[in-house]
This record gives sequence, structure tokens and C-alpha cells, in this order.
Amino acid sequence: MIPAPFEYTAPSSVDDAVGALREGGEDAKVLAGGQSLIPLLRLRFAGPSVLVDLGRIDELRGVRDDGDALVIGAMTTHSAVLRDPLVRDHAPLISAATATVADRQVRHRGTFGGSLAHADPAGDLPAVAVALDATMEIAGAGGRRTVPAAEFFVDYLESAVGPDEVLVSVRVPKWPGWSAHYEKFNRMAQGWALVGVAALVRRDNGSIAEARLALTNMGPTPVRASAVESALTGVAASDAAAVAAATARAGEGTRPSDDLSASADYRRHLVTVIARRAVLAAAS
Amino acid sequence: MTRISVTVDGVRYDDDVEPRTLLVHHLREQLGKVGTVVGCDTSSCGACTVLMSDADGKQVAVKSCAVLAAQADGREITTIEGLSGPGNTLHPVQKAFHERHALQCGFCTPGMIMASVDLLEENPDPTDAEIREGLEGNLCRCTGYQNIVRAVREAADAIRAAGGVAAPAEPTVEAGELQTPDSGLPAQRVPDEAVPVPAP
Amino acid sequence: MTVTEEAPTVATEVGAPRRRKEDARLITGRTLWTENVVLPGMLHLAILRSPMAHARIASIDVAPALDLPGVVAAFAGSDVADVQGTLPCAWPVTADIVAPDHLPLAIDEVRYMGEAVAVVAARSRGAALDGLAAIEVDYEPLPIVLDMEAALAEGADLVHADKGTNRSYDWVFDSAEAGAGGAVDAARDEAEVTIKRRYVQQRLIPAFIEPRSVVVDPSGDQYTIWSATQIPHILRFLISAVTATPEHKVRVIAPDVGGGFGGKLQLTAEELIAFVAAKRLGKPVKYTESRSESLVAAHHGRDVIQDIELTAKRDGTVLGLHVKLIANMGAYLGLVGPGVPILGAFMYNAIYKFKAYRFECTGVFTNTTFTDAYRGAGRPEATYAIERSMDELAVELGLDPIELRRRNWIKADEFPFSTVSGLQYDSGDYDAATDKALGLLGYDELRREQERRRASNDPVQLGIGVSTYTEMCGLAPSRLLGALRYGAGGWETASIRMLPTGKVEVVTGTSPHGQGHETAWSQIVADQLGVAFDDVEVLHGDTRSSYKGLDTYGSRSLAVGGIALYNACQKVIEKAKPVAAHMLECDPADVEFAEGRFRVRGNPDGGKTMADCALAVFAAHDLPDGIEPTLDADAIYDPVNFSFPHGTHLCAAEVDTETGRVTIRKYVAVDDVGKVVNPLIVEGQVHGGVVQGIAQALFEHAVYDADGNLVSGTFVDYTLPTAADLPDIVTDRTESPAPGHPLGTKGVGEAGTIASTPAVVNAVVDALRPLGVNDIAMPCTPERVWRAIQDASGGAA
Repeated sequence: MIPAPFEYTAPSSVDDAVGALREGGEDAKVLAGGQSLIPLLRLRFAGPSVLVDLGRIDELRGVRDDGDALVIGAMTTHSAVLRDPLVRDHAPLISAATATVADRQVRHRGTFGGSLAHADPAGDLPAVAVALDATMEIAGAGGRRTVPAAEFFVDYLESAVGPDEVLVSVRVPKWPGWSAHYEKFNRMAQGWALVGVAALVRRDNGSIAEARLALTNMGPTPVRASAVESALTGVAASDAAAVAAATARAGEGTRPSDDLSASADYRRHLVTVIARRAVLAAAS
Repeated sequence: MTRISVTVDGVRYDDDVEPRTLLVHHLREQLGKVGTVVGCDTSSCGACTVLMSDADGKQVAVKSCAVLAAQADGREITTIEGLSGPGNTLHPVQKAFHERHALQCGFCTPGMIMASVDLLEENPDPTDAEIREGLEGNLCRCTGYQNIVRAVREAADAIRAAGGVAAPAEPTVEAGELQTPDSGLPAQRVPDEAVPVPAP
Repeated sequence: MTVTEEAPTVATEVGAPRRRKEDARLITGRTLWTENVVLPGMLHLAILRSPMAHARIASIDVAPALDLPGVVAAFAGSDVADVQGTLPCAWPVTADIVAPDHLPLAIDEVRYMGEAVAVVAARSRGAALDGLAAIEVDYEPLPIVLDMEAALAEGADLVHADKGTNRSYDWVFDSAEAGAGGAVDAARDEAEVTIKRRYVQQRLIPAFIEPRSVVVDPSGDQYTIWSATQIPHILRFLISAVTATPEHKVRVIAPDVGGGFGGKLQLTAEELIAFVAAKRLGKPVKYTESRSESLVAAHHGRDVIQDIELTAKRDGTVLGLHVKLIANMGAYLGLVGPGVPILGAFMYNAIYKFKAYRFECTGVFTNTTFTDAYRGAGRPEATYAIERSMDELAVELGLDPIELRRRNWIKADEFPFSTVSGLQYDSGDYDAATDKALGLLGYDELRREQERRRASNDPVQLGIGVSTYTEMCGLAPSRLLGALRYGAGGWETASIRMLPTGKVEVVTGTSPHGQGHETAWSQIVADQLGVAFDDVEVLHGDTRSSYKGLDTYGSRSLAVGGIALYNACQKVIEKAKPVAAHMLECDPADVEFAEGRFRVRGNPDGGKTMADCALAVFAAHDLPDGIEPTLDADAIYDPVNFSFPHGTHLCAAEVDTETGRVTIRKYVAVDDVGKVVNPLIVEGQVHGGVVQGIAQALFEHAVYDADGNLVSGTFVDYTLPTAADLPDIVTDRTESPAPGHPLGTKGVGEAGTIASTPAVVNAVVDALRPLGVNDIAMPCTPERVWRAIQDASGGAA
């Protein structure tokens, strides 16, 4: 299949990109890595009038150290994220989750910011951003604004990035002293997560002092497993039964979908198993 | 129309393309690089995999059906047709696919070989599990993948034995096969067109 | 040939792991796929497909498409009603089969989602697709029927209202009536144990990786058709018959074809639409389907409900087998679709000595894509049902599944064996294959580990699955096909052309699409004629060079075509003998041919090669009187029986009872496919076949929603396994030569697929027996496995 016709522009600055989006009106769309969008265009499920390609904007690429946080450019590809020593050292949760995204070829083109802005509940990175309490920097006609991850994911395939806005970068706190794990359960190697759990754990004297868990594909947006987080506080990291008791609450308050890949019931069960495995791996 | 310039298998091409043109269609229909094929419309099968330089200039495997030709402007691309070395010799991955019977119908093969080249570039000594995972973006319906895994392992060994250079290695004759010495693919059987033509 | 004469040459090539000739072009991107064909002035076609599973086409207006840039023409079905013909069913399995018209472009009604309704021809592929969006169709929805049993119920909504029924046919085989065995009723009376089970063969999609593609060139004196097909010869015949085009005015070329698995064993709507468009426009046209079109419009496979009743004695002796099938034909009958379950009918008794057997099959129409051959075609279904049932019987009797099978299978010294379904099995040694497989798996050690895991209540349980299969290859004796009402014969051809320089062209009627015939045929010819492997060129898939043949499917190419090839070689040798004798100045009776040379008997020196003889007949200056100056020879072989490969496949699978995920830990395939021409190719066929069977067991399922939409309509949802989803496969062989074949070969194309599905599911069920699970419907996805555990434990787990 071939996409329906559209106009194409590849601005070299964020301001020009925002301008092109405003000019293009409501049928203009941002093209990041294109790994989700181009298949949709080919199937003619999407038919924008103008594509604004962010691929020529140098500002949007790369990872820099900003003291207590990393700043990851929105157009940094997944493989660049995976190769980046700063990410490996200071945000291993991102490395772990990114390694599970799609396949090698897609990771070479797909971008960190694109995955977040696309806001697919089955995507791996939104839950990671929520767990890490990341902050998104968004550029629009009125300048730049920041949105915390907890507010960034609005609904199914809908983020806080407006139609004439561009996600510029993501600020990720370093979480020193915490350990992390991303556990993903998919039916096929190449497939989306049926359920995923991003877990961050701070240990103190062999016990879990604090935990942060965010869930992939347990609702239209990534959700924090708050009940599990509180239940884990004070649990001995090596006490599998106690961890299991805490993570048994992982499905509480979730709204997983019923679809061809899995039923909601199964997802609610699965998330308890995956959450336990994620916490035990993070805490070990 | 959008003006683009791409360098494919060592030759630079300047063309006007419709913005909606996919890189794979540009390669096949405009540039005649029909060695790269299309197998699906959801970038699942990987048959269209080529190497394309990224923002840092490093050539990496991409699915050319999920890249617009316009996005490839200024990039360098290697297709299956540009993989053979000087003197019409085969790339170690091509040779290993032949030696290990890692293809049957051959439709997935160009993409599978290009993905394997990319994998070995990053991981020169992969385990079988790493090979299997590294090729998760490529579907094959004929081989059950087993001989593909063997071939990639063998190519990895050959490349490392050559000092990390993906230079064509001498064919080997394995024990048990001496009765039917088969020195691999004779170089002269690779058509001349398979060799990259220098830029004019 | 007298019995004292052995095959005249020493075999060196046959049996050797020759690297394939085909590879050179395939690994360098120099392949000729149909999609690569570009002709001057060629137009691109795009096909509009029904978004509804059943609807009346109230109106269709293609005119708006014509206003778009680049669009040259657009046709709806009514525009080509007089020329498009109807897609044939070549296997009407009963005299009173209900076989509705199957139009390439639907006219008044659409009966499955994806059915073609209009075509646009344009100067570019993009413009043709743009044209589709402009066509206006007014559909009036009609009631749909998707469920097979509901379709057969009284008062069901009808797929074809004018037929008055959704029942296409009822076909019965009864061993008592056929004189091949006793009656199942009598066996039931004698039985001490009865196993009754229902198994569902889910709908699958062949999913060759090269999408179907067709180019039709109407210029010149012939229509030239390039098509990604398994059956160029059958296609030529059918196109000619359906469109009333003289056969000699149609040339079909199957260039390199990227897999088929039965899925390209079809005269397709798209081929006819392209033919009609090219004819009407007078221009070459090309149509290549997208993957999402392919998944909905290329025929599907399997989709059968099986009710099995197996009766036995307490000592494990099986008595009777009663099989009732409902087979989903989809909305129309495919080329051989109705016959697919019938191919399986003869294999339910498998390798066991049943006394009585009865098979009843009902073909039913539903508002779904039509079904037809998919790798194994009937035999995987049969093997699954019997191998699953034998495991159930073993559990019922408290016997090891291998032991139960041993007590019932045909012993090596009992061949040839006449089965209860009326076939004569040629050869085999089920003990040998099974013993080898058990050793390779480490069966006893894994059983001990299974015990340990069960005892410790390990969340990861281990199961071992057994499948001892046989299948029938080498389709097929023409007389038998006639008796089964199949519309063609089962012979195969080969021609040898000796070129003056001693090189050899082999023309085969088989049509490889990944099987490596160019290599294997070269090996056979090299041995027989004493020429070099590299000096043989195999020509196939072009009706201009290979005008006759019955193509490649049903593991027939080597089993049938190989004999034709062997016989053609013998004819060449016989023709060359007097020529050589003349050059050697001796009597032809004194000449023997061995190791590539004609020599005077008793004189090891000198002699003449086949090349010498080829040059001599080319010059024709000095030949014996009355000799026709050629060595070329044709042979056609019509088999007298099928061949029956067999084997034992064992699967050890780990089941994570918390998530339901199945992981195959070890898979062993020991196959007996008779003598082997090229072990590399045979092993490759086994690997690929096993994985397609694993895919049925664990991964693949074509799913319709309640509205008849195929929801698994892309490769994201129709989940072919990747390398990362699959285990390594341990392969080995035993060798029971095919007695009727000069090379002793049987056939291997479908064996793996036939064997592996029950091995995997048996392993999964075996792992979960202690939890009370005794079946899981395929595919055994994590959710289904988890649910089976929940259901068995009353939700307490």
C-alpha cells in the first residue's frame, strides 16, 4: 500500500516546525521517526495534508547531563538511547525498556519522544516516563512549557502535545540509590506488551524503603500502581511471599482493554505476576 | 515533488519524488534496486531491510517501507545488491547463508541478510539467543530460522577470524563433505551488476 | 531392464549435501520476482474490496475514479460480466455438490469481507489506489453466518440464498462398505474403552512472504502472464478454459516465486481480473497485493471441527475409529478446497491397525474467505486428531503414550500393509524412528524431571508430547484421482535436452518456489548421465519451455517428477548407446554405461562420454543407419501408488502456569522420507515444516469478529513466529526406501507440518494433566493456557 498524497516539509528549527504546523492547520501532522505513523499512512488509516518532518532539527537530538537529571532530545532514536552511556548509568530503566521496543530496525528509526507523544498505551516508554517522574518540554507558538509525565498522557493515543506543538525534550531525574527493572510480557517477540511493569525500588537494610511502579497497557494511559507502592514499603526485598502479597494489588483501579491480544481479565491477572517479577528483579 | 539526493550502493542519485513515495519504492522503481522487496504493510516482516546512514553517518538497518524517500535525503544506503565485495566476492553473511542453506524461496533473504549484517556490526560474537532476538524484525516462512541462526553464527566467526573485517573469506570444506567438494559459490557466478559501481 | 541390471551409474551426487544453485541470485538480489517485471506502457491495477461480510451491491459507480490524475480505466463486475468468467472448483467431491458461481469481481452480492468488487487501472500504483477511494458503492447489509454449526442448523441465514442451503456436500468413507475393514458399530460393541473428543482446527493463513503478484501482457501473438503461482501449467489450462482463450495463445511464466505452502495453488480472482483488464485495455497490467489484502483475499486453510470416537480394549488394542468433520469452505469453493478434508480422510487411521473406520465430512458455506490447500492439506488435521486421541487413550488406560502406540502400530515386517482406509502403505519402520527419537530427546531423563517438577509443585511444569505420524506423498495416481472426482491427473513430466557441447538442459513440469529443484534435479541428472552438476540447467515455470506439467504441491515433485526425470535419463542413455557403439566400433549389446562413460564390456580403457555422443548426433555426419540424430528424451510418469513417509516427533515444553506461556525446550524430529537426494534440502524442509506446525499449535489464528471482519488482518495481528519465538530443532532420519521409486525417495514437503502440531499440543496438555487439564484449543496462547488451568481448578489457582 501507498499513502494518500500529502505535502512534506522538513524544517531545520523548532520554531519553523511550529510555524509549519500552524500553517498546515488541523490536518498537519508531525513526523518523528515514522515507525508508527508511516504504517498508518500506508494502510490509509491516517491521511494528513502536511507532514512536518522533525528529522532535520539538530536541537532535538542527543542526551545531556543536567546535574540531577538527564535531558533526552525528543528525536533521539531508540538505538542512540541504548548506546548512550549517560542513560545506561543514570536511567537504566530507560535502557531496559528501550531494549524491548519493537525490533532492531524499528529502534534505529523510532524516537524516544515519538514513542511518548504517540501515547500508545501498549508502548513501553510511557510507563517508564511516569515511573521516573519525567518532565516533558513542549514548544508551541506561545513559547515553551513543561508538563510532568503524570499529566502528559491524556487518553488513548492522546498526549498533552497540542496539534501545533512539538515535543522538544524529556527531563529525566537520576534517582540515585534506586534500582530498576522493566518487565514486559508479550505474546510474540516482536509484539506489543500485553502488560508491562516499570519498577523502581530503593532499598534500605535489605528492605524496600520506597517503590515506584507504573504499568503498561493496563488502561488508556500508563498508570501508577499506588496500592502496590504503599504495600511494598518496609517489605524485605528477599521475601518473595510478602512481595507477592503486595503486588497482588497491581490490578486495582486499572482499566485494561479487551482485545484480540488479551482479555481484560487476563491482563488484570497477568499484571500481578509481572509486577511481582519486576519488583523482585529490581530489588535483587 | 520533493528533490532528494541519496547515495545507494556507492552511486549518488538526484531525483524528484512525490512526498508519499516510500524509500523502498524509490529504490525499486526509480533506481532499479529490485533486490530489495516488500512483504507487508505494517513494517512487520523486514523483507525491505536496507542499511541507511543515521544522523551520525553510521549505516544501520532500517525497514525501507517505513521510511519516506524524502526522509532519506542526503543519506547513504546499502542494499543487498551493494553488499558483495570487490572482485565479485560474497560478503561473509551472504556466503554463510549459501553454505548453511539459510534460504529456501529467498524472498525474505535480502532483508534477513541486511539485518544480520547490522546485528553483527553491533555484536560480533552473538549467542544463538542473541541472534534469534536480533532478527526478531524479520519474518521467514520457509526455513524455520534454524539455518539462518547457524549462518549468522558462522558469518560472525568468519568476520572475527578476518580481524573484524567483513571481508570475503576462503570457503571451507567440512568433514563428511569431502566426497562432494563444493567450494561454495564460484565468484564468476555472481553477476557483475551485483558489484557496486563507483560514483561517476 | 531385467532384474539383474542395477542402476547403471555409480551414485555420487545423490545423497550429497550440495549447496543450492538457486542461491546465487537469491543472496545477491538478482532474483526475478513477478513484481520486478516492468513493461512499456504498463498500467497498475488496484482492487476495491468489500468492507462487509455479506451485502447486496445496490449500486456501484466507478466514474468518479476516472476524474483523478493518472487513472486510465475502472471496471465494476457488471462492466466485465460477459468476459470475466467464474473461478472454477476442480474437485467437486460428490455428484450433488453445491458449487455456487464464484465471480472474480462480484456483481450483485458480496459474501465475504475482502471480496473484489471493482478494479482501477492507472499509470502509477499510487494513482490506482487513489482511484479506489473515489469509487462509490452502496451496500445493503444482508444477514451473515460465520459459525459452521449455526450455518447447518435449520432456518440458518444463507450465504447463497439461491442454493437454499449452506451445505455444500456430504462425503462418507466406511471401511465395511469399501471392503477395507469392519464396521465401526461392531467395533464399538467389542470395545472396553471409548474416547470421544472434539478438536477444532483453527483457521490459518498460508502467509507466503512474497505477496501474490500478476503481470499480463496482451501484446504480440500471445497473452503472456507472469504470476507468483505454484501452478503455471494448471493456470494456463484454467485461464484458457475460463476465458475461452485458445490455450496456445496463453503463455504463463512463474518466475522466482516466494513461497506458496498451498496458498498459491489457485486460479485467483486477481489473475482473472488482470487478464480481463489487459485484454480490454490492450496494455500490459500489473497487480501486486498488499499484505493486508493478501491476508483477507488469498485463500485460508484448515478451519475444521472434528468429532472423534476411538474405541479400544483395555489392553490398549485399538478397534474402531469414527470421525465426523465439518469443514468450512468459506463463501465459495476454492480450486481444490472441497477435496482438502478428503485428502485427510485416508490418514486418520495413521500408523495404527484399526479394524474399522468410518469418516463423514460435511462441507459448509459461511461468510468468510474461502479455504483451500495449506501445507499438508487435510493430513495435518487427521494426524492431529488421531495423535491427540491416542494420548487421551493412553491416559485413560494408564499407559505411556509411546507404549500404547507401539502396541498398535504396523510392524516393519508387515509392509506392504493394506490399511483400513484402503491404502497400501509401501514401507516403514516405526520402531526404528521412535527409538532414535527417544534417544535424541533424552525421554527417560525428561520424564524424571517432569516427576520432580510435579512433586515440588513447580510453577513451571514440563510436558512431553509425542507424534508418530505417517502421510501420503506423491500426489497422485491419476486413476485414483479420477475415482475421487478430482478434475486432473497426477502424472509428472521431465525432458532432457542434450546440447552439442555436452551440457544438459532439463525441463521439468514441477514448479519450485523454494524447494531447490534446480539443485536436486541437477544432482540426479549428473549421476544418471555422468555429467558435472554444474553442467546441468533446470528449466521450469514457463509454459513456453515447459509446456506440460502438473506443478508443485502435495510433496509430489521428487516422488513423482523424480521418477519421470530418472526415466528420461534412462531413455537418453539408451539413445546414446548405439551412437557410442558406432564410435567404439562394436555391437551396442557389448556397450555398458558406467561412471559417465560408454565402454566396450570388459575393456576398462577408453570409451565415450555422453558429451561425445551429444556432439556426434549434433554433427550427424557418421551415425548408424536409421538413428534419429538426437539424444533428447521425454518421460511422463503416472504413479501407481502414493508414498508414505513417516516419523516420530517429540516435544518437551515448559509451561509457566502463572502466565500460561509455553516455551518449547527441546524438539526432536526423526523422519523417514526414504532415500534422500540432498540432505541439506531435506533438513531445511523439516525445519520449515515443523515451525509451521508449531505456529498452528501456539501462535497463528485467523479471527473474525461478529460482523465478519477479519480482525487478524495484518502481520501485527496474524502472528507468524519470529526466530526469537522458536526453539532449535534436532533432526535425524531413518531410511526406508520407497519400493516403487528407482531412487527410493518418498517426499518431505509437508512432513514437518503434519507431525509437529500434535507433538506440541500433546506436550502442553501433558504438562498440565496433574492440574486437571485434558485439552486446550489451538492456538495455545498464554491466555488460553492460563484459562484452561483456571477452568480445571475451578478458578482457585
